[in-house]
Amino acid sequence: MTTETLIWLIPLPPLLAFFLIVLFTHRSKGLSHTLAIGAAFLSWLASMIVFLRAVRTPELGKYPFESSIPWLPLGEGWFSIGVLVDPLGAATLFFVAWTILMIFLYSVGYHNYGQPEGDHDRPGLPPHGATVVDAHGHPHKVPSVEPMYSRFFAFISLFAFGMYLLVVSDNLLTLFIGWEIMGLCSYLLIGFWYGKPSARAAMIKAFITTRVGDVFMLLGIAYLYSQTGTLNFRAILYNPEVLHALASAPSYISGLSAAALIGILLFIGTVGKSAQFPLHVWLPDAMEGPTPVSAMIHAATMVSAGVYMVIRIFPLLSAGSHHGELTVPMTLMAVIGAGTALFAATIAVAQNDIKRVLAYSTISQLGYMVAALGVGGFVAATFHLITHAFFKALLFLGSGSVIHGMEHGVLHTGDHIDPQNMMNMGGLRRKMPLTFWTFLIGGFALAGFPLITAGFWSKDEILADAFGHAHYGVFITLALAALLTAFYTMRQITLTFLGEPRSRAAEHAQETPWTMTVPLLVLAVFAISAGWVGIPEYFPLIGGLLPNWLHEFVSGTLLEKPKGVEFSLIPLLTSILVALGGIYLGWLVYRNLKAGEADPLEKALGIIYPVLKNKYYFDELYHLIFVRPSVWVSEVFTYLWVDRKLIDGVLHLVSELSIRIGVALRNYIDKPVVNGSGDLVAEVTKSTGRSMRVIQTGRVQQYMIMAVLGFVVLSGVFYFIIQQMGIQ
Amino acid sequence: MSFLIDHILTIILFSPLAAAAIVFFLPENQEKIIKWVSFALSLIPLGFTVALWFLFDRTAQGYQFVERYVWYAAINSSYHVGVDGIALSMVLLTTLLTPLAILASFNITYNIKSYMVLFFLLELGMLGVFLALDLLIFFVFWEFGLVPMYFLINQWGSEKGEREIWGGIKVPARNYASFKFMIYTMAGSLGLLLAIQMIGVVAGTFDIPTLFERWTSLDRSLFGLDISVVKAIAFWAFVVAFAIKVPIWPFHTWLPDAHTEAPTAGSMILAGVLLKLGAFGFLRLVLPLYPVEAQRYAPTLAFLAVMAIIFGAFASFGQSDFKRLVAYSSVNHMGFVVLGIAAAAYAMGGEDATIALNGAVLQMFNHGLSAAGMFFLVGVIYDRTHTRDLNEYGGLFPLVPVYGGILIFTSMASLGLPGLGGFISEFLVVRGSWPIFTLQTALAMVGLLFTGAYILKGIKQVLHGPLNEKWVGHLSEISPREIFVIAPLMVLMLWIGVWPSWILDLINRAVTALLS
Repeated sequence: MTTETLIWLIPLPPLLAFFLIVLFTHRSKGLSHTLAIGAAFLSWLASMIVFLRAVRTPELGKYPFESSIPWLPLGEGWFSIGVLVDPLGAATLFFVAWTILMIFLYSVGYHNYGQPEGDHDRPGLPPHGATVVDAHGHPHKVPSVEPMYSRFFAFISLFAFGMYLLVVSDNLLTLFIGWEIMGLCSYLLIGFWYGKPSARAAMIKAFITTRVGDVFMLLGIAYLYSQTGTLNFRAILYNPEVLHALASAPSYISGLSAAALIGILLFIGTVGKSAQFPLHVWLPDAMEGPTPVSAMIHAATMVSAGVYMVIRIFPLLSAGSHHGELTVPMTLMAVIGAGTALFAATIAVAQNDIKRVLAYSTISQLGYMVAALGVGGFVAATFHLITHAFFKALLFLGSGSVIHGMEHGVLHTGDHIDPQNMMNMGGLRRKMPLTFWTFLIGGFALAGFPLITAGFWSKDEILADAFGHAHYGVFITLALAALLTAFYTMRQITLTFLGEPRSRAAEHAQETPWTMTVPLLVLAVFAISAGWVGIPEYFPLIGGLLPNWLHEFVSGTLLEKPKGVEFSLIPLLTSILVALGGIYLGWLVYRNLKAGEADPLEKALGIIYPVLKNKYYFDELYHLIFVRPSVWVSEVFTYLWVDRKLIDGVLHLVSELSIRIGVALRNYIDKPVVNGSGDLVAEVTKSTGRSMRVIQTGRVQQYMIMAVLGFVVLSGVFYFIIQQMGIQ
Repeated sequence: MSFLIDHILTIILFSPLAAAAIVFFLPENQEKIIKWVSFALSLIPLGFTVALWFLFDRTAQGYQFVERYVWYAAINSSYHVGVDGIALSMVLLTTLLTPLAILASFNITYNIKSYMVLFFLLELGMLGVFLALDLLIFFVFWEFGLVPMYFLINQWGSEKGEREIWGGIKVPARNYASFKFMIYTMAGSLGLLLAIQMIGVVAGTFDIPTLFERWTSLDRSLFGLDISVVKAIAFWAFVVAFAIKVPIWPFHTWLPDAHTEAPTAGSMILAGVLLKLGAFGFLRLVLPLYPVEAQRYAPTLAFLAVMAIIFGAFASFGQSDFKRLVAYSSVNHMGFVVLGIAAAAYAMGGEDATIALNGAVLQMFNHGLSAAGMFFLVGVIYDRTHTRDLNEYGGLFPLVPVYGGILIFTSMASLGLPGLGGFISEFLVVRGSWPIFTLQTALAMVGLLFTGAYILKGIKQVLHGPLNEKWVGHLSEISPREIFVIAPLMVLMLWIGVWPSWILDLINRAVTALLS
C-alpha cells in the first residue's frame, strides 16, 4: 500500500467504530470496546508505519507525503481536500497515536469493565457501586460498571477520528472540520454524566467558550481563502511568494498586514481551543467528564490541536518578520502565552482537587508552547507539545487511577468523602506503587526535573529560546511559572502519595487493574525518553551523545530552517534551579501535613489565597459581564421589546387602525350617509304617502273631479309652454 | 415513456392535485386508509423528481423540460414551466419533505381527509412557484399555497395558548397566527400582483425568459410614468413581497407565531419549503431583472440579513418554548441565505459572488432539511408530553436515548457543525461575503456564536440535567414510523456535509449561469 493511501485510511477506523457502536453493538459492552480499541489499534498501526516511512524519507520537508481530491465545485474550479504528512505531521501523528491508544485501553478498566451492574445506577450519573455477597454471605460494596459503557467508547472513537483528521489534513478547512468534531465530542464527553447539573453546565461552557474562538478562526479561514484562493498548507506556507504577498497586502485595519490579521484571527481560535487567557475558563470545568476524557482533551487531542494549528501556520504568523523582530501576531502570542503560563500556575498552587491542579497545569504548559512560538521557537514549541502530551496523559491517567483507588476505599469504608480531594489522600505510595512511580515520573517531567525527564529538555529549550532572542520579559515570566510548576507538582505528589493517609478511604485504597496500569507504564517510558531526541549538541557533557534528531527533522517543515540559539549558561542554570527549588519547596511545605489541617499556604498568602483558590473570580466576572447581559438582551431586549413590543406593536397598530377606520367608516359614513340616505328615501316616500292618504278617499266622483282638474291645469301649462316656444 | 419524460414537470406539478382528488373521494371514516393512501400518493411526485434529477442535463444551459401552452391568449399569458439547477433542488426539497410531513401527520385525530387534501394542495402551490416560467402562473401558485396553509394552522394548529393583541383583547393563538400569516403575506402579494400587471402591460408578455430578453429594451410608458419609474415600482414591490416571505428582518414576526402554532407537519413544510419561496423569488426575478437596483440596495439587504442573523439568534436564545426557539432559528439561518444573495448582488459576478450564492442556495436546501427535522422532533416530544415549555422537561435522555441521539444529531446539523450540511453552506456564505461585506460578515459571527447558545439551550433543557421524575413511565421512545420520517433527513444532512458535490455541482452550474 502506498503511504498516501495509508494516510487516507488513518482516521477512518475510529469513525467506523463510532457508527458501528451507535447503530449496532451498543447493547454489548464487550463488543463495543473491542471495536473501539481495535479501531484505535489500526489507526495506531497505520500511524506508526507512516511515521517510520516518514522518518526514513530524506528531505521529507521538501517532498512530503501528500495527495488530494476535488471536493467542492465552486465557480469554474474545485476546492480540493487531501492529506499531508510532513515532518511536523509525522511527529504529531506519533504522539497522538500512542496517547490515544493508551487512553482507549485505560478506559476499559476505568469504567469497571467486568464489574457487576450497579444497584441504583442510572444512565447520566457516575456509577455508585454494586453490592455483592461473598462466599461467607457478607455483602460487600464494590465498584459497578458504567451504565453507558458502550456510548463512552463510541464518543471517544469519534473524538479520535476528529484528531486524526485534523493531523493528516492538508488544508485549513478539513483541519477545522476535525477541530469542530472534537469540539462536539468534548461537549458530549465533558457532559458524559449529564445528569449532574455541574457537568451539564461545564459541557455548555466548554462548547460556547471554544466557539468564541472558532468564529474568529472561521473568519480567518475565510479571509485567508479570499486572499490566496486556496487553503492548502503547502500552497500557502511553503510558498515564499504567497507569504510575501500576504505580508505586504494591507488589511482592513491600518498598520496590520493581511498576514498579521489572518494570523491573529486564527490565533484566537487557538486561544479558545487551547484554553489561553482570556478564554481559559472552560478547561478546569472540563474535569466534570470521566478521567480518560480529561486525558484525551488535555493531552492527546483537543488542546494539543490548538497549539498544533498555530505551529502549523507559523510561517504565516511570522511572515514579514525581518532580522528576528516579532510580528504583531507573534508579539501577541508571546504576551498571552507567557502571561497564561504564569497566571494559570498561580491558580494551580491553591487547588485541592487532584484533577483541577492538572487542569491548570495544562493551561500553563500550553502557555509555554504559545509563548515559545511567539518568540520564534518553532522547534521548541513542537518539542514541548510532544513531551507534554506524553507526561500530561500519564498524569491524568495516573490521577484517574488514584481516584479509582480512592473510590474503592470510599466504597469499602462507606465514608462520604470526596475521592478527588488531595487533602483526603496521603500515603498512597504503599497502596498503589505502580501508580505512584509512574505518577512520580510524570510529575517530575512536568516539573522539569533536570536531565532525566522529557519535560526538562523541552522546557529548557523554550527558556533558552526566549533568552537567546533577548525576550527577557518572557524569559523571566516563564522561569517564574516553572518555579511554581515544580512547586505545585511536588505539592500534589506529596499530598497524594507521601506521608501518612489522611482518611480511612485512603487507608483502604487499592491498586487498579492492568488495563489501567499498563498504559501508565508505557506513557512513563515516553515521559522520560521523548526528551532524548531533542538534546542540544552544545549541552555540557552529554550534548552530542545522541544526535539532536528532533530539531533536524521538525525544522524541515519550514522553508527556512530556524537557527538554533547560542548556548548560554543562564537559561540552563535557571531551569535547573527553578525545577529543583520548586520540588524541594513543595516537599518541604507539605511533607508533614496532618488530616484536617489547613493548607500552610493559606496562612502564608493571606488574602491572596482566596483569590487564587477562586481562580481570580473569572467565572463570576464573566457571568456578570457576558452571561447575564446576553440573557437579558435575548429575553427582554430582542424578544420582548423589539419583536413583541416594537415590531408586533407596529403591526397591531396598523391592524387596530384598519379596524378603527372600518368602524369609523361604518359609524360616520355607512350609518349616517349610506344607510341614512337610503332610510331617507324610504322615510320621505312613507311620509309623502301618508300625507297623500287624505286624498285617497275611495270615492269615484272625487277622483273624476281631480282628473278633470288635473287635465285642465296640465293643459294650461302645456299651452303656456308651447306659446313661449312659438314666440321664440 | 417519452410522453412521461416530455411532460415530467406537469406530472410532478399536478400529481398532488390528482392525489388530492383521489383522497377526496375516500370514505371519511376509514382513517387508516386515508393516511396510507395519502402517503403512497405523495411518493409519486418524489419518484418523478428523482427521475428528473437523473434526466436533468447538468452541462446544458438554460431551462430544461420546458412545456408551454397558451393559457390566456388575450393577455399573452401561457402555462410555461421549466427547471434550472436551483429550481430542481427546490423541487426535490419539496417533494421529499411532503411525504415525510404526511407520515409525520399520522397522529392527526380529526378531519384527516380534509387535512390531507389541503396538504396536497399546499404541495401543488409550492411546486408551481418553483416551476413557473410565467409571471402570472408564478403569482397564481404563489397565492394558491397560502390558502391551505391558513387552514392547516387555523384548524389543526395547537389548541392551547392565547395571544393578547390590543386593549387587553385576547384571541386564540392559532387564529392569531394564521390570520397574521395570511394578511402579512397578502400584504406583500398585493404589490407583487401590481408589479406583475405593470410589467405585463409594458412588456406585452408575462413570459419570464422572454422578459429577460426584452427587459433592457423596454420603452413603453404606463399612465404617463416613465419606464424606469415603472421598473422601480415593480422592483420594490418584488422586494417587499419576497422579503416578507423569507422573512427578512424586521418583517419576520409572523414567522415565530405561524411556525409555533402550526401542526407539526405544517411547521415542517413552512420552515422547510415555504420560506424558500421568498429567497427563490429573489433569485428567479430580482437578481436577473434588476442587477443595478439590486446592487445599489445590496448593502441595505446585507445589513438586514445581519440583523436577522444576530437578532434571530438572540430571540431564539431568549425562548422558553421549544417550538418557538426552533422557529426563531429559521430567522437566524435564513439570514445567511439573504447575506449570500446580497453579496452576490453587490459583486455581480466574480469568484466571491459565485461562492456566496452557492452557499445561499445550498443553505436553502440544508435549512429545509434541518429545520424540518427540528420541528418534527419538537412535535415528537410534544405528542408525548403535551407541553412545549422547556422548563417542564429536564433530563429526559435516559428515558428516550434514541430520540436523544437523533435530537443531538439534528441540532448539530442546525448549528452548522462541520461534517454536516449546514457547515458547508454557512462557510461558503461567510467565505463569499467576507471580501464583499467584511464588516457585516464579521458581525454575523455574533449570530453564529449565539446559534450555538440556543441549540445547546434546547438540548440542555430537554435531555440533560437531573431527570424530571414526572415523566418516568409516561414517555415512550420514538416510534419506528417517526424514525422513518427523520432518517432520510439525517442521511441527507450527513451526505451533504461529507460529500456535497452531488448537489453543489448542480447548484454551482446554475449559479454560475445566473451570475454571468
